[in-house]
Amino acid sequence: MDIVGNVLPQVLKDEATEDKGEMARLQSFVGAIAVADLVKTTLGPKGMDKILKPTGPGQEMTHITVTNDGATILKSMYVENPAAKILIEISKTQDEEVGDGTTTVAVLAGELLREGEKLIQKRIHPQHVIAGWRIARDVALKRLRDISTENDIESQEFHNDLIKIARTTLSSKLITTDRDYFADLCVKAVLRLKGSSNLDYIQIIKLPGGTIRDSYLDDGFILKKQITIGCKRRIENAKILVANTAMDYDKIKIYGTKVKVNSMDKVAEIEAAEKEKMKHKVDKILKFQPTIFINRQLIYNYPEQLLADSGITVIEHADFEGMERVAAATGAEILSTFDAPERRDQVLGHCDLIEEIMIGEEKMIKFTGCKKNEACTIVLRGSSIHILDEVDRSIHDVLCVLITTVKNRRVVWGGGNSEMQMAAACEEEAKKVQGKQALAIEAYARALRQIPTIICDNGGYDSAELIQNFKVELQKGNLSYGLNMNDGTVGDMKELGIKECMRVKEQAVMAASEAAELIMRVDDIVKCAPRKRERA
Amino acid sequence: MSLAFDDYGRPYIILRDQGSKKRMKGLEAYKSNILAAKAVANTLSSSLGPKGMDKMLVSPDGDVSVTNDGSIIVEKMEIQHPTAKLLVELSQSQDAEIGDGTTGVVVLAGKLLEQALTLLDKGNHPLKISDGFDRACDVAIKHLETISEEIDIQANEHEALIQAACTALGSKVVSKRKRELGKIAVTAVLDVADLARKDVNLDLIKIQTKTGGSVEDTRLISGILIDKDMSHPQMPKEVKEAKICLLTCPFEPPKPKTKHNINISSAEDYKKLYQQEQQYFVDMVKLVKDSGANIALCQWGFDDEANHLLLQNELPAVRWVSGTDVELIAMATGARIIPRFQEITPEKLGKAGSVKEVQFGTSNERMLVIENCQCTKAVTILIRGGSQMIVDEAKRSIHDAICVIRNLIKDNRIVYGGGSAELACAIQVLQYADEVSSVEQYAIRSFADALEGIPCCLADNCGLNPITSVAQAKSRQLQENNPRIGIDCMELGTTDMKEQRIYETLSSKKQQIQLATQVVKMILKIDDVIAPDDY
Repeated sequence: MDIVGNVLPQVLKDEATEDKGEMARLQSFVGAIAVADLVKTTLGPKGMDKILKPTGPGQEMTHITVTNDGATILKSMYVENPAAKILIEISKTQDEEVGDGTTTVAVLAGELLREGEKLIQKRIHPQHVIAGWRIARDVALKRLRDISTENDIESQEFHNDLIKIARTTLSSKLITTDRDYFADLCVKAVLRLKGSSNLDYIQIIKLPGGTIRDSYLDDGFILKKQITIGCKRRIENAKILVANTAMDYDKIKIYGTKVKVNSMDKVAEIEAAEKEKMKHKVDKILKFQPTIFINRQLIYNYPEQLLADSGITVIEHADFEGMERVAAATGAEILSTFDAPERRDQVLGHCDLIEEIMIGEEKMIKFTGCKKNEACTIVLRGSSIHILDEVDRSIHDVLCVLITTVKNRRVVWGGGNSEMQMAAACEEEAKKVQGKQALAIEAYARALRQIPTIICDNGGYDSAELIQNFKVELQKGNLSYGLNMNDGTVGDMKELGIKECMRVKEQAVMAASEAAELIMRVDDIVKCAPRKRERA
Repeated sequence: MSLAFDDYGRPYIILRDQGSKKRMKGLEAYKSNILAAKAVANTLSSSLGPKGMDKMLVSPDGDVSVTNDGSIIVEKMEIQHPTAKLLVELSQSQDAEIGDGTTGVVVLAGKLLEQALTLLDKGNHPLKISDGFDRACDVAIKHLETISEEIDIQANEHEALIQAACTALGSKVVSKRKRELGKIAVTAVLDVADLARKDVNLDLIKIQTKTGGSVEDTRLISGILIDKDMSHPQMPKEVKEAKICLLTCPFEPPKPKTKHNINISSAEDYKKLYQQEQQYFVDMVKLVKDSGANIALCQWGFDDEANHLLLQNELPAVRWVSGTDVELIAMATGARIIPRFQEITPEKLGKAGSVKEVQFGTSNERMLVIENCQCTKAVTILIRGGSQMIVDEAKRSIHDAICVIRNLIKDNRIVYGGGSAELACAIQVLQYADEVSSVEQYAIRSFADALEGIPCCLADNCGLNPITSVAQAKSRQLQENNPRIGIDCMELGTTDMKEQRIYETLSSKKQQIQLATQVVKMILKIDDVIAPDDY
């Protein structure tokens, strides 16, 4: 009712809601902080894992996921709170952009909002908070860039840095006990790519059985397919023809074709013609004189037999990615027409040895000594599919970080060192800034410092004491110090060899501040009436 | 619903299904309409100005968007009240015509309606109010023109344009980088502008978004960016001195539109048909190749065989290019869109300096950049940001900035922002009110009050005391006869908007006042609302 005594007419649709001012702000703070708190416990080397159980009827119910990868957890959660959705969104973007730090970004945004909420309660206008955060962010990023170091891509130091970064990333994962082994493995795989950033060329094959230790980086390339029965199982000095063509019956692609005959003889004739057409195609393929023929599509018995008769090993049904990798590894061209055998040398791939191998119980085809050795394969072993999935995600994270490092080349000390340094930079800046913004800058510093604090807490150490000691060490000028999570002390990261990729941190700080700012600016939430779904 | 009765006390049924309809008339209808419209305006009023807040909108499917753009907010609110819908349309027509000031126009309409409500309570006739508003509007517009200033858009490396773009971007989430983004927008518009005709074809500016990175990474690409990659993974990733063949027919055997059957009745026919089919592919590729093209862009898909033939003939190709992209490329490179392979001739090819594939992030997404196009310069603004919502909002903000710059190129007159123009008009209208002897005088005076509501609202959003700051600004305007005194939203220490360089286009301001007045007049003329009861 308004002053005139009228009932306010309904402006929005039925079931639509509008929250204004404090209510709207409260709603977004609560949602965002709840999400951040949820993933908070997975942060750091002593972080815990989460079990994700899908809802819905039937088979999916039984398939659970165990993970500590922030992006995976957040992606699988169904949330309704719009601010929480924003946090999930940035975590996803972080995953796409740099592949790691997905938990950090959500936690940092959550901590920023927690600090922001306190400032709002002190009656500071959100725009002032944002203005302060912006100053703080720039200062923090500048410090981050200043403390990072860069090494030449060819140098041994850079190689060592990569291994250290891989170890650091792995230390928060399930395979932390074998991190030296996997770090080495991942670095080798990434260096094989020779600066290319196409992750597709690193194939990960997961096979249950054995222990995690049995995983290895294959020096060749493995295709998860079988050689058709009746073909040679081992080919030396192979000439490879990679094709994407129909080898079942070559249907006529001209629209509206229909076979209409009036006698059985004609049917036989057409069948013969069809067969001949296929034979013709096989003949054309034979002119390339390959020793092995890999096709993306199905191969029917007849052409298969023809090819096998000529002593060609046939692999059918290779998936498209697999084919691209074979093509990349062996330097073959993917063919769909076969009319130019004179280009033989250009289109055929080459490798020294192709053989069928058994890993665990599965047969695979292994290519060794490829012409262009860009693609490679990591074979993962483990006692259960859940472990394998988690190892796969961890390896993916590491590979992403390594590729980002190869591209960006700047590294910082780990163990919370960069966050603490950024926080220190913000605090210094806060002393110089006039006006209410300074409070927000201090808040930003506190939020940054929360990251090492949470890492300590997750490890079960006394965070208050450790962080204070840490601060003192930095103040003393020991700029490479950080948290030693193995024995709960502050130690020199140089000795421990803990390094992190600067780009990951940079992206996390940028994305978290942007998201926090976005949520902070909101003073009104309008929820439309949910779309009615027809229940089947 | 009021009813009429006959002599026996039975009601006359006048409307069909009268019982199930709701009817409001007279003062009740006016007030209900005004309240509904005001509710919308109130929601928007906190988004006004550089310190305005954003709104979070959840769509029926649960997707979240955060924005401060007036027209988007009202559009996504799914308003159902008929009068409130008029305000939605108001904001949208401002968006269509000018592209900026979509929040301001709704807020102004809200303020006008607020004034109308008090006038109605005093017993003024609605038509008199609307007449008064109309006359006041004319005075305000005329005054706007006298206080407007022409700016030299060329001077100082287009400094004025950049400032105007900054004003438009100042209220958005990207305000942190308003200078950089403003420059990008100005360069983009000037690149494609036809300064002789004072016109800008905004179709030539493509805004492409990509999540990841930060808003700082947003950049201008002097070419066209399309979200596609080469049709075959082994095709070259870069083509220099590209001669582009733009096709809108698929690399597939033809499919005539008439329904037909090809009957095969003998093995002979079968073979013939097979050969013919093979020939189709060879011919198609040959026609493209013979024309001298070194890259083919196609709106449709490719058959595997055709795709490989293209690779074999060293003819890089792109498939499934969207229709709008095809048109844009045609405009920029001077290529003719070719609907049939037979019609490919060398003259119809478009030319560009280079076509290359670029890659982003770890997710392995690739895009194609076409640079140095032969004909007009088409440009792409690639927007980056931490999440989809930021990227979307940045896109809307840049669109606003681009519109402002275009308006300035069309008409280089500006007024100063920060509420100064509204305040100046209010003073003028108030003076005029005293000269009018009829009842409209009150309405005209109220119009002036409504105009003052805008600087009030600005001051309120910035955390200043609205009454003090507006009163101060007003008295200074009168004392110094300086129409540039406004509200110091950014707390820079001066209220002279010329010093703060807050530029707004005259066309946008004029349009705002005119449109708002029109809608208010329309709402004031409604005295009867008949609607189904369950509405």
